[in-house]
Amino acid sequence: MQLSGKGVAAALTVASVQMLSLDAVAQEQLTGQSLSGKSSSGKDADSTGLDWLPDWIAKPLAPWRFDGAILWYREQDRVQAIEGIVQGRYDYSDSLSVTAKMLLDSLSGASATGALPQPTAQTFTRPSGGGEYSVATGQTPLDDTFKDTRLQLSADWSEIISTEKRIHGGVYGSKEFDYASIGVNGGAEWGFNKDNTTLSLSTALGMDVVDPVGAVPVAGAPMAIRRDFSGEDAFLAAFATTRIPGVRRKYTSEMLFGLNQVINRSTLVQLNYGVALSQGYLTDPYKILSVVNEQGLAQEYRYESRPDSRLRHSLFALLKYAMDKGVWEASYRFTLDDWGMQSHTLETRLRRQFGDIWGFKGLYGQLHLRWLHQGETDFYRSFLMEGEALPRYMSADYRLGDLDTYTLGVKLGYRLSGGRELAWRLGWYHQVPRGSQPALPALAGLDLYPVVDAAMLQLNYQW
Amino acid sequence: MKTKLLSLLLLCALGGCTNLGVQPWERGVLAKPEMALDHEQLDLALDDHIFFSKEGVSGGRAFAGGGCGCN
Repeated sequence: MQLSGKGVAAALTVASVQMLSLDAVAQEQLTGQSLSGKSSSGKDADSTGLDWLPDWIAKPLAPWRFDGAILWYREQDRVQAIEGIVQGRYDYSDSLSVTAKMLLDSLSGASATGALPQPTAQTFTRPSGGGEYSVATGQTPLDDTFKDTRLQLSADWSEIISTEKRIHGGVYGSKEFDYASIGVNGGAEWGFNKDNTTLSLSTALGMDVVDPVGAVPVAGAPMAIRRDFSGEDAFLAAFATTRIPGVRRKYTSEMLFGLNQVINRSTLVQLNYGVALSQGYLTDPYKILSVVNEQGLAQEYRYESRPDSRLRHSLFALLKYAMDKGVWEASYRFTLDDWGMQSHTLETRLRRQFGDIWGFKGLYGQLHLRWLHQGETDFYRSFLMEGEALPRYMSADYRLGDLDTYTLGVKLGYRLSGGRELAWRLGWYHQVPRGSQPALPALAGLDLYPVVDAAMLQLNYQW
Repeated sequence: MKTKLLSLLLLCALGGCTNLGVQPWERGVLAKPEMALDHEQLDLALDDHIFFSKEGVSGGRAFAGGGCGCN
C-alpha cells in the first residue's frame, strides 16, 4: 500500500486530535459515533462518518498507547533541569503506525563559561550586557543566569510495504527562548534471509536558529566590563562593538546506515555507520576564554570561536542477548570528526525479571553502566596567553576537551492493572575533565578541570 | 581496487549472514518487547539529551541531531 501525502496529513490530524482528547471522546467526535454504538448523525452504527477516509484511518486497529516520563536532573552547584515527555503510538493497521511525541523541559542554574578560576575574585559582564556577576576566589566561573524552557513536538509514521520492505518518516520542531530547531527525517529498511538480516538507510535534515541573549558575540572579541569604562554610555558603546545583530543558523544533514542480524533464538546484533555534516553557526555564544599574563593572572576574556562546519562519523555496535529471566545489552560506539575529536563509549544494560513478588506484578530491575572517553578538539584551549596571536578558532568549553564520563543507573518497574506499567529510575552521572596544569604561579593549586556530579531521578508510566 | 575489495568484503559478510538466524517459528524470545532494538525509547531519548548537552559527541545508535542550545 502506498502512503500518499494526503494520507499522512490525515493520519496526523486524527492522531493529534486524539492525543489531545480522551481516546473514546476523540473517537466519537471524529467518527460521529457514540460509545453506545448509535450514530449522533443519524447514520447506522457501522457508518463512521469518515467514509471518505481509507479504512486504516477510519477504523484503527487498536487504541492509543502512551509512554510518559518525567526526569529530574541536578548537577552539584550547577544546572538543574526538569524534563517531561509523552509519546503516543497508534496502530492504524497491521502495517501502519503513527507516533506523536511532546517534550517540555525547564532548565535553570549555572553553567561553566570556560574562564579560569583565579586567586582573586573575578567580575564578568552578563551575556545581555545588562549586568554583572562575580565569582569568588578559586571558584570555577559559572554564569548563574541560565533559565530556559524548551518545547519539542514530533510526529513519525512507519509503514510495512511488503514482507521485506518498511519505510518511515518524521518531522520535529523545538523552541526555547534563544534557540529554535526544525527537521525532517525518513528512511527505509530491507529485510532478507527470512527477515534475519535487515539493512536500513535513514536520512535527516535539520535547521537550527540561534538568537542569543544580548545578540551574537563577535568571535574573539574582548568582553567589555563596566569598571574599565568611565561611564555607562562608554561601556554600552564598547559592549555594542562586541555584538552582531540578527540571528545565526545551523544546518545539519545526516545519513545512517544500519545492519541488524539475528544470530540465534536469543541473540541479535546491530551495526550502524552514521555521518553528519553541520554547517553554519556552531559557536556557543555564551562561552569565553581567559587571557592570562605570565603570572597566570587573567587580563581579559575573549568570546570563543568555532569552525562553521563539522563533519562527524560514528560507528555503533550493539548486542542483545535474551536470558532465561532477563535481557543483557552491550554496545560500543566510536566517533571521529574533522574538529579532531575522537571518542569511545561503552554501555551496558542488564535487565532481570523477578516475577510477581512483594505484591508487585511483573517486577523487574535493570542496571545501567556507561563510560565515555573523548579526546579534545584541535582548537580546544583552556586559556590564552597575553601577547600571543589570537587563534582563528578557540574554545575553552570543557565539553570539547579531554573528558571521561561515567554513568551508573538502576531501574525498577512493575505492572499495574489494565496493562499499565510504572517504573523508577535513579542515576548518577560523573564527569572528569582532564588537561595539563600550566606552570604559571597564579594558577598553582587551582582546580582548572573540576569534576562534575549529577543526580537523575526519573518516573516512567505506560498506559 | 579499493572499492572492489570493499564490495567483496561486504558480499562475504552478507553471505556469512545467510548462515545465521532462525526460522520464523523460533522467534518467540526475540519477539519479546524488551528484545526490540528501540525498547525503552523514552529512557534512550532522555539519556541522549543529557549526553548531547554535556559531552562533545552524540549519535551512533540514532541520529546525532542538534535541536537544542544546551548548556
